[in-house]
Amino acid sequence: MRIVLALLFVSLIGGPLIYKRMEARNKAAAVNVDQNEAMKRYGFSFQESSKAAGVNFKYTPPTLDAKLNHIMPEVASMGAAVSVVDFDRDGWQDFYVTNGGEGSRNALYRNNHDGTFAEVADSMGIADVNQAGTGVSTGAVWGDYDNDGYEDLFLYKWGRPELFHNDGGKHFTRVTEQADLPKWVNANSAVWFDYDADGKLDLFLGGYYNENIDLWHLKDTKIMPESFEYANNGGRKYLFHNLGSGKFEEVSEKMGLTSTRWSLAAIAADLRGTGYPDLFIANDYGVSELFINEGGKHFREIGKDSGVGYAPKSGMGASVADVLNDGRLGVYVSNISEPGILIQGNNFWLPDAKTASPKFQNMANAMGIALGGWSFGSQFGDFNNDGFQDLYVTNGNVSLDKEKNYWYDFTKVAGGNKAIISDAANWPPSTGRSLAGYQQKKVFLNDGAGQFKEIAQAVGIKDVYDGRSIALADFGNRGVLDVVSANENGPVLLYRNTVAPTNHWIEFDLQGEGSNRSAIGTEVHVYWNGQQQLQEVSGGSGFCAQNDRRLHFGLGKSASIDKVEIRWPSGKTQTVKPSELDKVYTVKEVS
Amino acid sequence: MSSSASANAAAANAVKPAASAEQSLFKRFISPQNRYLPPLFITCILLISQVSFGVLESFSRTLLAIATAMVFELVLSNLVYKKMPVLASAYITGISVGILCRTPEYWPFALTSAIAITSKYVIRWRGQHLWNPSNFAIAVMLLIVPEYFSTLGIQWGNAVWPMLLVWALGAVITYRVKRFHITATYVVSFIAFSFVRSLVTGHPFFAEVAPITGPMYQLFIFFMITDPKTTVKSKQGQIAVAVLVAVAEMIFRLLQGVMPGGLEILSIDAPYYALTLVGPAAMAIDIVRNPQKYNKPAGGQAKPLSTAAAV
Repeated sequence: MRIVLALLFVSLIGGPLIYKRMEARNKAAAVNVDQNEAMKRYGFSFQESSKAAGVNFKYTPPTLDAKLNHIMPEVASMGAAVSVVDFDRDGWQDFYVTNGGEGSRNALYRNNHDGTFAEVADSMGIADVNQAGTGVSTGAVWGDYDNDGYEDLFLYKWGRPELFHNDGGKHFTRVTEQADLPKWVNANSAVWFDYDADGKLDLFLGGYYNENIDLWHLKDTKIMPESFEYANNGGRKYLFHNLGSGKFEEVSEKMGLTSTRWSLAAIAADLRGTGYPDLFIANDYGVSELFINEGGKHFREIGKDSGVGYAPKSGMGASVADVLNDGRLGVYVSNISEPGILIQGNNFWLPDAKTASPKFQNMANAMGIALGGWSFGSQFGDFNNDGFQDLYVTNGNVSLDKEKNYWYDFTKVAGGNKAIISDAANWPPSTGRSLAGYQQKKVFLNDGAGQFKEIAQAVGIKDVYDGRSIALADFGNRGVLDVVSANENGPVLLYRNTVAPTNHWIEFDLQGEGSNRSAIGTEVHVYWNGQQQLQEVSGGSGFCAQNDRRLHFGLGKSASIDKVEIRWPSGKTQTVKPSELDKVYTVKEVS
Repeated sequence: MSSSASANAAAANAVKPAASAEQSLFKRFISPQNRYLPPLFITCILLISQVSFGVLESFSRTLLAIATAMVFELVLSNLVYKKMPVLASAYITGISVGILCRTPEYWPFALTSAIAITSKYVIRWRGQHLWNPSNFAIAVMLLIVPEYFSTLGIQWGNAVWPMLLVWALGAVITYRVKRFHITATYVVSFIAFSFVRSLVTGHPFFAEVAPITGPMYQLFIFFMITDPKTTVKSKQGQIAVAVLVAVAEMIFRLLQGVMPGGLEILSIDAPYYALTLVGPAAMAIDIVRNPQKYNKPAGGQAKPLSTAAAV
């Protein structure tokens, strides 16, 4: 009996070790392939081509109040952002990236239509936006708030938020005062959406640090979260209702958006099929919040009831997709996973049905997309045009000394009581050490049957910069999704995608008429070959990012599609049947 | 004596025995003989925390840990000792694993409980198991599958009152089951060594003392280091061991930064490894020096006190 017991004991401990070894061998076999093999196996591969494309941007971090010197790399660690826009309406996607150093300049890369970009932010008037005393940029979202056909820029900061009007794609004019924006918000998230379906884009802005804190002039060091997973002392939320004529009214309290959690990401999407966009907020140091939209008249937080606000984690990114091609939009939330130290796992919240009161299940683990790293930006897109939404997740927090890390000291205070953790003076100095640094990125390939396979390195994603913001766009109008990656203290990377030509695709550039001109919130259902897929135009997603506003659908080998159903934010529906595939279609809302 | 005075006296007499009975019931409830007290205590902690703050990965994972621990105990006890076990101990092991284990996966919850219970039956010396089961299993899991496993290292909520409530309740119960001296010694030692670590590292004292304010330590000091089955018999010995565990923990913590790659976990989860190292060593010495105190036949039914806090 003792021998049997001993064997049982050894197998309990040895079994996982053997499994790990086999899994490592399988992973190595999947990763160690050249580009040709990757193309053969997965149908696509990425090539980093920022330099060749003329994109030479390196992020510089801010230098905050000297009282934070001992943990400066940990605190000043969020601000590298990218958002995609066709600001000059030439039919080619451009992108805007933010910088963090005081006096540093943001950059606007205009698409030259030949695979290269020209940096034009200075001449367009949106480069010099990080002047001392005004705070520094943390992200930007584009939306045509005045429906003049040109996408306007909302720039959020740890500091003074700014609104720039797009003057016909030729210049930008600062209109912050006219819009009546607040003087100071320490924001890390914003989305354009038309919450009341009045045809004018409204704006959500989510605070991270409390808005009364000027991180360059601290009164004291009690600015940190009061708990690692239950903090409520973050920044307030703002909801700017578009009154027209360039004016906005702040209505957050009236509309029920009263949270003071530490928001790092937000996404607006009609998760319940009501025709009104709900608002999902991913919070650092706490639970996510789901504010359901009650007919454009009020928001009600149902996080706990719906299941998404149950287990607190470190939400840092939020993106939506119909990954099962069944018309349900699930929400992916990035969190932290560090072996042996903190395995939160990322979440993928899938609703049971598109109903007024959906219940969400976290399917990330079952689908194989839970473990990332210290994950920030995430975006869904069909990278190989096989008809299923894949997932890109960027990772990495602070990469400094490779041999020394800050985890031990970090975990000491993270476990401490409110009185300890909330005071930065109690945080041990990080002194050049890394914290979840040099992390690999993840590309999860959707097999269409509810399982994802991680293949980042195999398809050419090999950088280990501290990834923050990810945006997807078809920069070459080739019917493939490229990736722009903004990295903290690192360069902006442009991963150009090459897709095997056997798969078909279709893209839609939507223009609202009765709805907002950017068509943000428009749902498109594509039906083909017995399948369907739902996508929605987004006014900001991931972590401080915004994708190509055009919707990209891979169709696999199908040579035709059955129909395309479009539901505009106004409530109007349109059905079209494109005759040709592999094209970008411009669709205007029927008036 | 008036009739009304007589009635009052009678009433008083009638009340007295009832009050004594209540007092006696209370005493019996909070006594070393009540083997269900610690399970009740830990269940209360769990339920209050979960309802208030949603602290668990999920109820289903915690139930899996509990069920696995109880099934393994049931099967192994019947196979090895041919008798039905008292499941209170396995229940606490399972619930501790269910609280301390932090991972989105399910299988680590089951595996940790399985290793914990099996270790009791396999790793024995002179008829005694030496390691606290859940402590041993967590220490092993952190080393073999860190990619999928971490332990509780955060606060439950951000208010002070839940912490004070658990400490107060825990103190009363460990006092009643005659284990408070172990808890108190460890806490005092930890705070004193926090001061020493602060002097050595130059880090704020509050940063060094912060970990003990978290719920992981509440489980550690009330349930793990007080486990009667894996602590030495004499009160002085228990106090000395508690100090030694705190010393070992301080050493593990001070060694952070010089630990070779992969072993940094020994610093981050220092209390588990300190107890894993010191506990069995102290037990072995005590068994050698005082064999008469350990003459219970192997697999004998545990005394009530033994089941009280064995996690």
